[in-house]
Amino acid sequence: MTSSGASASLLRVEGLSKSFAARGLFGGARGTAVPAVRDVSFDVPPGQTLALVGESGSGKTTTARLVLRLLAADAGRVTFDGVDWLPLPAGELREKRREMSVVFQDPATSLNPRLTVERLVGEPLEIHAVGTRAERRERVRALLARVGLPEAALSRTPREFSGGQRQRIGIARALATEPRLVVLDEPVSALDVSVRAQVLNLLLELQETTPSRPAYLFIGHDLAVVRLLAPRTAVMFRGQIVEEGPTGELFSNPRHPYTRLLLASQPAAHPSERKRGGAADAVEGGPPAPRGCAFRGRCPSARARCAEEEPQETVDGDHRFRCHFPS
Amino acid sequence: MEGLLDVRGLTLSVPMGAGARARLVDGISFAIGKGEIVALVGESGCGKSLSALALLDLVPEPVRVDAGEILFEGRDVRRLPERDKRRVRGGGIGFVFQEPGAALDPVRSMGEELVAVLRRHRGLNRQDAESEAVAWLARVALPEPEKRFRDLPHQMSGGMKQRAMLALALAGGPRLLVADEPTTALDVTVQAQILALLHDLREGLGLSVLLITHDLGVVAETADRTLVMYAGEIVEEASVSGLFDAPRHPYTRALLASRPTVRDLPGQRLRAISGNVPEPGNRPPGCAFAPRCPSVFERCRGERPRLEGEPLRRAACFLAGDSGEGRAA
Repeated sequence: MTSSGASASLLRVEGLSKSFAARGLFGGARGTAVPAVRDVSFDVPPGQTLALVGESGSGKTTTARLVLRLLAADAGRVTFDGVDWLPLPAGELREKRREMSVVFQDPATSLNPRLTVERLVGEPLEIHAVGTRAERRERVRALLARVGLPEAALSRTPREFSGGQRQRIGIARALATEPRLVVLDEPVSALDVSVRAQVLNLLLELQETTPSRPAYLFIGHDLAVVRLLAPRTAVMFRGQIVEEGPTGELFSNPRHPYTRLLLASQPAAHPSERKRGGAADAVEGGPPAPRGCAFRGRCPSARARCAEEEPQETVDGDHRFRCHFPS
Repeated sequence: MEGLLDVRGLTLSVPMGAGARARLVDGISFAIGKGEIVALVGESGCGKSLSALALLDLVPEPVRVDAGEILFEGRDVRRLPERDKRRVRGGGIGFVFQEPGAALDPVRSMGEELVAVLRRHRGLNRQDAESEAVAWLARVALPEPEKRFRDLPHQMSGGMKQRAMLALALAGGPRLLVADEPTTALDVTVQAQILALLHDLREGLGLSVLLITHDLGVVAETADRTLVMYAGEIVEEASVSGLFDAPRHPYTRALLASRPTVRDLPGQRLRAISGNVPEPGNRPPGCAFAPRCPSVFERCRGERPRLEGEPLRRAACFLAGDSGEGRAA
């Protein structure tokens, strides 16, 4: 049940913020708080995929961890499946958490190496006391078949598998409780190139065939992959969403200079598309700007106003961006 | 093309227990000319990084070089006296790695590192080495090089560190730069800058580059020529345009076809390669790619295809002479 009849979101994030305390030389707090996520808002409709892209330190993984409640937010509101998610008490959170799961980047480090595949995939079912022991066992078998692993995998441990197979185990585990939302944190970045396509196909397939029709919050940096997986994309820079819109439009008509830079920096698909001289970008470095636009130090079209005033969000149809001088 | 490096029959192995050894690199041969950027492409475990370390006779224990000649400027690096080997490392062949800064002393400034290299390999006095070090920081396009001279590694971003590592690798005046996944740990915007910088350095210094990568986009963006490795062997060699326009080995073709492109529609399935990369020591007897190959036929399972063809345009596939698709089963 959703709180308002008009809302079509499964996940609604509003004004989410989080700062980390800057540490002194010996780990003592120095008092200054460094914002990691600033006033982030977005919607994920049921069964749909939103991609979060941006460079390291842009806040995309922190945003995902706040949504997963692996980190506590400083401010903001998250509504998940009609529930006010962030203040949800532990007991109810535990119950509701079966609806939200996560697949991490590196299955070699995110799966307990001492547990068998049967335990790993069955654990979420156990935690949520789904069915009888025999029913759970049957469900684990069915899950393995769905992610393309043989039944013989049940009694083995993760280290007996290749990277691609381990990620299949991670995906089976994430889907065990029939979640409505799966957070995918760079799910193919650590995989061999020749198995990436298998896993991407599997993720597309499972979104269509899993009875709960999960939505995906996909964190990635390869824009060709994002295009394939996500109808909508949000671009993050220094903790803020600087642009968000339908993926096709965002890529063909980027309004924020950082989005343009990201697109221009993608390596060529073919040697004939090589860009001579590389993408125009000031060398990164320097502390965040104390005021004004955070991107202005690297922006080819920055003007005086960008140093004075932080750009607010401009909404243009279903496309929004933060820039004083959009293209 | 004038030769610089000529690798012949390089074979590396690792003990497997019970006296057996697993081949990690199986008799690979390739050459690099002056001013050329050659990409060595392959997946994790294919032997590309070990092959690069072997160029400096630096393969880590318990890996062993079983056979092979590494002819750098006509001399076999492995048979040089230790003193000359050290001169080749840094002075003849420079190295940069994936994690910029992993090899740096955390309490020594970038400038001091450079000064040490310049004094050792170029025999400069302290004063000349210092001004030359600043010049190198400027050459790799680090902003405010005088200030960067005093920076400690932790004061620099990943991209700045990788620029500094390039300065460090090049300050000794090498003719060949070996760059092992130099941009894999970096953001895509920084990657584009570093790849552009590699091109500039090649133009400016006449440098040769062996670029080790798993990323075909990096190859398309940067390389003149490409060597594709699979399971310890070079399976294809081609100019970069030859590789992308007319790949001859089914592995190369499958890798290229499996990539998402801007022409794909949202939700469209990719042409995935089935199966997994074989483990070292568990490689199939015939062609290592046979279990995953869409064009496999009986001969492939029993006999290993040799890397054949014209110079600099070779493929290790029984079907490589054909148009590629057609074959008699």
